Amino acid sequence: MATPNVPLWEVFIRSRNGLAHKHVGSLHAADATLALQAARDIYTRRGEGLSIWVVPSSAITASDPSEKGMMFEPAESKIYRHPTFYDVPDEVGHM
Amino acid sequence: MYTQALNTSDGDDRGIEDAARAAQFQARIDADERIEPNDWMPAAYRKTLTRQISQHAHSEIVGMLPEGNWITRAPTLRRKAALLAKVQDECGHGLYLYAAAETLGSAREELVDLMLAGKAKYSSIFNYPTLTWADIGTIGWLVDGAAIMNQIPLCRCSYGPYARAMIRVCKEESFHQRQGFEIMLTLCRGTREQRAMAQNALDRWWWPVLMMFGPPDKVSQHSDNSTKWKIKRFSNDELRQKFVDATVPQAQFLGLTIPDPDMRQNEKGNWEYSPIDWNEFNQVLAGNGPCNRDRLAARRKAHEDGAWVREAAMAHAGKRKHRQLAQAAE
Repeated sequence: MATPNVPLWEVFIRSRNGLAHKHVGSLHAADATLALQAARDIYTRRGEGLSIWVVPSSAITASDPSEKGMMFEPAESKIYRHPTFYDVPDEVGHM
Repeated sequence: MYTQALNTSDGDDRGIEDAARAAQFQARIDADERIEPNDWMPAAYRKTLTRQISQHAHSEIVGMLPEGNWITRAPTLRRKAALLAKVQDECGHGLYLYAAAETLGSAREELVDLMLAGKAKYSSIFNYPTLTWADIGTIGWLVDGAAIMNQIPLCRCSYGPYARAMIRVCKEESFHQRQGFEIMLTLCRGTREQRAMAQNALDRWWWPVLMMFGPPDKVSQHSDNSTKWKIKRFSNDELRQKFVDATVPQAQFLGLTIPDPDMRQNEKGNWEYSPIDWNEFNQVLAGNGPCNRDRLAARRKAHEDGAWVREAAMAHAGKRKHRQLAQAAE
């Protein structure tokens, strides 16, 4: 008999105070409580974390990599959003 | 290494795919870009990686058995705690790898079922028995040493999730190798009987460890595509030679003799080893190694014995969800 599937969770860990939670991987667990315990055992065996988030993988909406050109075009074409776009005379010093 | 049974050809199904996309894909690989789960990839790339990563995962899980055998008999509490942590790491490695394999579209449960059915392979090395405590030292020193040799280049493999899993695994393997070497060093500085036990373990493990790197380059059919796709960055023979060259001075330091009387250092400084008995390797891969049946039987028993736990957890989760929905509706 085929083994039935157990839900998939994405794991995010805050490694130090002041840092954001960062995606570290995924795991299978029946519910959120078990997912948190499994995340602790799988991803924080050497003090890697102060806080863990687990999110059902099915709750994540992702952008389509094949459309990344169109998706991120607005950021590509606006070089005036970067400080280096503007000329400041050397005499003015660091700004 | 952990994926030795890739040497079977699946035929070429790339012909039916868009040649332009395949060319674009190869250009990305050639530019050292990482391929991510939702990117387009040739079916053969997906298939090769699914097999490689899942076999690697199975190896980590089955690899817990020979070492787990000694947890209750470790000579000191320090050794016992370290071995327990190491075996727990192996389980973690298996799970990172199953997660990486799943990003290619197969469910972990399917992959595990294939292994339990004997249809997926794991590394030949775990089909050898751990007869004495010195075997635990030798596994850490040599088996994990060989694994590190193989896995460091995999950290730069073209498939992003596999490469990232390997980075975590490599960080942890270093502890494994050092704890193994320390066990060997302690035995080699001990009594005559302890030294003999260390030598005996090296005698039994040396050749199987060299086989871990897989068949010689001239017969390894899978290497061509894997190299082209930058899954594999060094050939089997190159990695094997690097491992031998790194290990010989360590054995000399321990005062142990590598069981290969004809081994010679050539003018380039490489240690030339005697021919490997590939018949033994093929026998072990075919299921006729000393422990193949035991290993598979132990995995099946663990899986079956755990079935009620998985069912209960799912039933509990279902019940709670139901209750929450009912309360929300009130």
